[in-house]
Amino acid sequence: MSPAADRWLDGDAGPVVRPYALTGGRTRPSGESFDLVSMVVAIRGSRADPLGLEPEHLVVLHRCRLPISVADLAADLDLPLGVVRILIADLREGGLVAVHHPVPMRLTDPRLLREVADGLRKL
Amino acid sequence: MAYASSDQGAYSHPTPVGIKILVAGGFGAGKTTMVSSVTEIRPLRTEEHLSEPGAHIDLTDGVEHKTTTTVAMDFGRITIREDLVVYLFGTPGQRRFWFMWDDLALGALGAVIMADTRRLADCFASVDYFECQGTPFIVAVNCFDGAKRFPEGAVRTALDLDPDVPVVLCDARQRASSRDVLIALVEHAINLLSLDPGYVSPAR
Repeated sequence: MSPAADRWLDGDAGPVVRPYALTGGRTRPSGESFDLVSMVVAIRGSRADPLGLEPEHLVVLHRCRLPISVADLAADLDLPLGVVRILIADLREGGLVAVHHPVPMRLTDPRLLREVADGLRKL
Repeated sequence: MAYASSDQGAYSHPTPVGIKILVAGGFGAGKTTMVSSVTEIRPLRTEEHLSEPGAHIDLTDGVEHKTTTTVAMDFGRITIREDLVVYLFGTPGQRRFWFMWDDLALGALGAVIMADTRRLADCFASVDYFECQGTPFIVAVNCFDGAKRFPEGAVRTALDLDPDVPVVLCDARQRASSRDVLIALVEHAINLLSLDPGYVSPAR
């Protein structure tokens, strides 16, 4: 591959304009990552400083007044998961949302799994 | 609670427990049909860097410099209770999509591999993946109209499945049939637990 072509690869290619324009070209969230079923919830009493926040941040913030999963947020907003994760990480850094991480160990609880099976039977 | 909070001071609403179930399988095996027969589905987009060797295999001439790709998954949710929600993720089964499976399989209750007996080989990659990850899985043979019916044992042999992996027949278009597939997976996960109480689905 020619050196000229190399410039257009990966980080050298600069920000991915669409849809990562929303995130200032960042493609990885800050801090620890979230699972697809991590639950995001707005922190009561926190005040969003509109400076430095994109309209999409505010939309996310609005959506998580009740706990909502990362996957639900991405599907609701029709944004790629990667973008939504970055927006959530920004809000968490700003102390505006809390992120609850699933503890997979819980899946060792047969009682919980039976509740899931029973719930499915009612479908 | 089943969730460890990384932060304090959130609203006091009960935080639901989210349970992940994956629906994998080859193209056209009935993943979308299955997820949509039990719940409303929405597309869930993921945009990924193509960084691993081999990730470029599918790229055709002229787009070899493309470094990200967008993949849409079928995403559905089944609310069991206010505080217990099952999330279904229908994902392409081919090996080239493994990069997104790692994210999905982590801490998942298990996976349903949809099989079309006309193209059983399409399941190989999914079977390999979940075996390696230690994720509980079952194989659901989607009985398409006009497809030759194979006995369960023949499918098991063709896929070289361990004897304890359930193989169920289904019609993904039927809600009751798809529901029964999900129940079979959960029952399988419960059985694995009772066989080995220390069993833990792949954790972070």
